[in-house]
Parts: sequence; C-alpha cells; structure tokens
Amino acid sequence: MDTSLFTRQSEYEWRIESTGKMRVPAIIYASEALLREMDHKVYEQITNVTTLPGIEKAAYAMPDAHWGYGFPIGGVAAFDADRGGVISAGGVGFDISCGVRNLLTGLTAADIIPVQKKLADALYDKIPAGMGSTGHLSLNSTEMDAMLSGGARWAVERGYGTVEDLEHTEERGCMAGAQPEQVSDHAKKRQRDEMGTLGSGNHYLEIQRVAEIFDANTANAFGLHTDNIVVSIHCGSRGLGHQIGTEFLRTMAIAAAEYGIDLPDRELACAPIHSPLGQDYLGAMRAAINCALANRQIITHLVRQVFAAFFPQAELRLLYDVSHNTCKVEEHIINGTLKRLYIHRKGATRAFGPGHPDIPQAFRAIGQPVLIGGTMGTSSYILVGTSEGMARSFGSACHGAGRSMSRHQATRQWWGHTLVDELAHQGILIRSPSLRGIAEEAPGAYKDVSAVVDAADQGKLARKVAKLVPLICIKG
Amino acid sequence: MQTTINRWEHFPHQADIGVRGIGSSKEKAFEQAAIALIAVITDPQLISPEIAVTISCQAPDSELLFVDWLNALIYEIATRKMLFSRFEVIIKNSRVEATAWGEKIQTSKHKPAVEVKGATYTDLHVRQEENGAWIAQCVVDV
Repeated sequence: MDTSLFTRQSEYEWRIESTGKMRVPAIIYASEALLREMDHKVYEQITNVTTLPGIEKAAYAMPDAHWGYGFPIGGVAAFDADRGGVISAGGVGFDISCGVRNLLTGLTAADIIPVQKKLADALYDKIPAGMGSTGHLSLNSTEMDAMLSGGARWAVERGYGTVEDLEHTEERGCMAGAQPEQVSDHAKKRQRDEMGTLGSGNHYLEIQRVAEIFDANTANAFGLHTDNIVVSIHCGSRGLGHQIGTEFLRTMAIAAAEYGIDLPDRELACAPIHSPLGQDYLGAMRAAINCALANRQIITHLVRQVFAAFFPQAELRLLYDVSHNTCKVEEHIINGTLKRLYIHRKGATRAFGPGHPDIPQAFRAIGQPVLIGGTMGTSSYILVGTSEGMARSFGSACHGAGRSMSRHQATRQWWGHTLVDELAHQGILIRSPSLRGIAEEAPGAYKDVSAVVDAADQGKLARKVAKLVPLICIKG
Repeated sequence: MQTTINRWEHFPHQADIGVRGIGSSKEKAFEQAAIALIAVITDPQLISPEIAVTISCQAPDSELLFVDWLNALIYEIATRKMLFSRFEVIIKNSRVEATAWGEKIQTSKHKPAVEVKGATYTDLHVRQEENGAWIAQCVVDV
C-alpha cells in the first residue's frame, strides 16, 4: 500500500483523513513494513466503512488487516443506535463468534514429548475435524433452542465442563439477548449434527509450549510459565453461523435502499439498529455467538477426556475464551462522554484494559487475556488488554497473522506432504484429513505473526505477555 | 456456439478463493461455476454422480440469483453431507430449477481440503461477453 495516502500519527498509527462521503477518519495500526505489504483493498474497505450511518470516532484496521468482505478482516467500527447507527452482517462475517480459547494443563513439554505421537493420534481420533465430520451429539429442536439461548452455560449444564469455565469465558459463557426464533430452520438444520466439531480452513486445535515470557507478573497471574503446555482451540459457530451470515447479508443488501442507506459495496449490507431487521439480526447473531461458545465448550470437554487417559492427574483449567467476529454492545468514552455503542469486530479480538467489569475477577486488576492464534507451525501469542487500547481502538487488538497469499498461490508453492515432514522435523506433529488443506494453510501463506503482534504491542493496542509454539496441530 | 466453451476456473482472493463458470448460456455458466465450487473442496472427478438432488431458488436479479444458487448448493452439501459432480440448471423468470448428481462425502476417498462457508457478493458478476460466452463468478468464503 502507498504510505503517502496516510497522515502518519506515530510510528504505528496511520490516519486516512475524512473526505467526501466519509463521516469519520480511518486509522490503520501497523508498522511501516506491514502497511506497505497490505493490499490496497484494505484502504478501500476501511474507507467504505467510515461512510456508514451512525459511525463514531473512526474506523480502525488492526495490524493483521487484509482484504475481506465489505469490512476488511481486522476491522473495528462502533455505531451509535440513537444517531441512526447500523448493524452490519458483513461487519460480523460468516463465521460468527469464531474465536480462540486456551486451556492451562499444568504439564510441561517433558511430559508431552514421550507420548506426543499417541496424544496427537488420540486427539485427532476424538475431535471431529474437517469437512463432512459430525459431532458426538445430535440436537432436536428443543435442545437446539436451549443451546442457542444458553451458550457454554447450556453445555456445562449438560456435563461438558465446569462452572469455573464459564467465569473465564466472554459474556460468562452466555450471550444475553439471543433469539433462537430469529434463526432460520435452514441454519438450525445445518447445525444439528455439528456441535463439538472443529470445522476446516484456518481452524485448529493445538498443543503448545510456552516458549517465551515477556511480562512475568502478568504471565504469572494468567498461570503461564515457561515450558508449560497449553491447549489452544480455534473455531466458531459452524454451519449455523455461516447460514445466518448468508441469509442476513442477502436480506440487508436488498433492504438497504428502503432504509435510505447508500451501500458503497453490497457486502457492507446493514440495517439501522433501531429497525425490525436490525433487531432480528442482533437476536440471530447473538444466538450464533452462543453456538460458538457451546461448540468450544464441548470440544474442551473432549480434550479433557483425551488428556485424562494420558495424564490422570492433569487438570485442564480454562485461561480464557475470546471471540473475534462479533458485534457487541459496550460502553466507551467519546469526547469525554460515556456512550453505549455497537462495536463490530471483524477478525479483531476484544482487548479490555484493567478494571473493566466484564473481565473475570481473577484478572480484573491486570487486564483481559488477549489470545492471538498463529498459523500451523508458527507461534501463537497471549497479550493483555491495556487502558491505552481502550482509547485507541475501542479495546481491540489483532486476531492472528492474517493471510498474505491466496490459497491458490499456496497450493502452487507447497506440497502438503513436504510440509508435514518439515514440521515433523521441527518437532511439530500435524494431523489433518487433507494434504491439500495443509498446503493451503502453509505457514508461509500468512504474514509473520510476530511482526503483527509486535505492531499491536508497540502500537499500544495490547501488551505482549507470552509466546507459544506448537507441538501438535489438529487441522480441520 | 460450440459447447467446448463451457469451462470453469478459480481466481485469487487474498483470504479465500473466487469461482468462475464460463458457458454458452447463463445456465451453462451457472453449472460450470458449481463445478468450480466443488473443486475448491476436492477434485470433482473423484465424485460419482450417483444420487440426484433437486435444488431451486429465486432472486430479484441475475447476480443475486447466482449467489443464491451457490448458497443453495452449499446448504445441500452441508446438510446432506454430499458432494456433487454433475449439474443441470434451468433458469426461468429469475428462478433456478436445478438437479445436482453426487454421492455422500467419504473422507478417505474425497479428502476434502476445506468446507465452503458461503458465497459472497465480492467480485460478483453475471454477464455476457462480446464473444457471446456467459460468465458467472464470485468469491466464496472458506
């Protein structure tokens, strides 16, 4: 991207001044190197977002931003319902509430290495991954609605996990305001057999080792110690979220004209928050958030069962669970006034600073754990939310590495087999139903996650706490 | 026009992938794009066209109809746990009436690389070229 298009506010902050139809400026947080590598589409898309009604302060793009649908992936925007603000199905995306949760195991790498291969096989055997896989339970319509209302709480009530898990999940495991009746029969049918499945694409389950600690006090508070083993689960609301996204995107794209909204891109499909359609989507989207929370909770239970067979003494505690494709109502200070805003995060992680009431009691004085997924075979990071981040990006940070290369290019450049062998040589075991899927997700097809995380840290969106490296990766 | 014009291809999108059907008619372009969609998941030649499934959808314009067609197909793939390799599309009054032939997904046989979440409005076009060929394309989210 051409850096002359921006006003450089600081080393990591690049501003697009408000002109033409833009209602507010746009700001990209990135190092100069990351910005130069970004596709120009990010500029177009984040600028388009600023034209939507009721947008507050600025539209933001995180350091991992890349070309998305309507919103760039890595986009953050806030809307005031009382100023005609909108809710956008495109601003949330297809994989509603896709997110990451980390489990602390109390084990060390020395415990894992002797059983690494058997553990990889057992996890791959137990956790349904990849296209066409089905979960261990099938939901009838009553249970489907209970799940969509209850989220991870529903799962815990049915024996998948503990009450302590809920305290360490965003929204305490249950998104309020979900309306299962706004979720179509098609979406429910698509989900019926998919509870407790990983999915495919960039979704994964990893066994990771804490390789480096950057902030000893915070790491200690989070229960992270060098050489400890952490389980990381990355997946979302599965077919249900995809179907809700598909249906509301269409309805909103058609209805926008009726609401007098001039869409610069059909994919920015949205509706006023104070409209029947806006409210219907909110109810359905919140149900999909619960679906994602329940899904990750069930997978957590399956992981615990596998670990219990290898390490009967191990207790897998949930560190935290964050979602990165959502729209949530939050309070933020704009020009000295506390406002209730609808915060869209499309491929961006919530990163609340110290003292926020939504942070679990155990971390409230420190800040929210911010879980950043890496790519297969590269590092993942744990950061912590900061007070500066609350002011700079509505308490948001990056969500991962972000692709730098298309799937097509990746398959031309790498062979799945070679990648599996190379990673095995580095001590990382990959299990996946598809070699082509592995090639498409090659680490080299993504930006350098370390550079992205450094930009989030240096740009003061969130602070680095620990770096994790994989030992086992189950790919969908 | 020669039927050999009918073909499909993929085009790049940074995070995902674009599917493009090219055909001697709008119907043929829709059929070819469906094969392109399947090819995102697996090699269409690995799929036996054993079971027929009927699919229909309706939309206010050709482009929305195309996205609806692909999304209807994605829905059938997801809920029937099937993959398809042969398509017959009829378009009348902005309505698709189609038959898709395929079989149940077998991981060992088809080795699906990725599942498709939905068809998008990105790089969406349905149009007739100067040479008479029809093109139907969009990016799909995987």
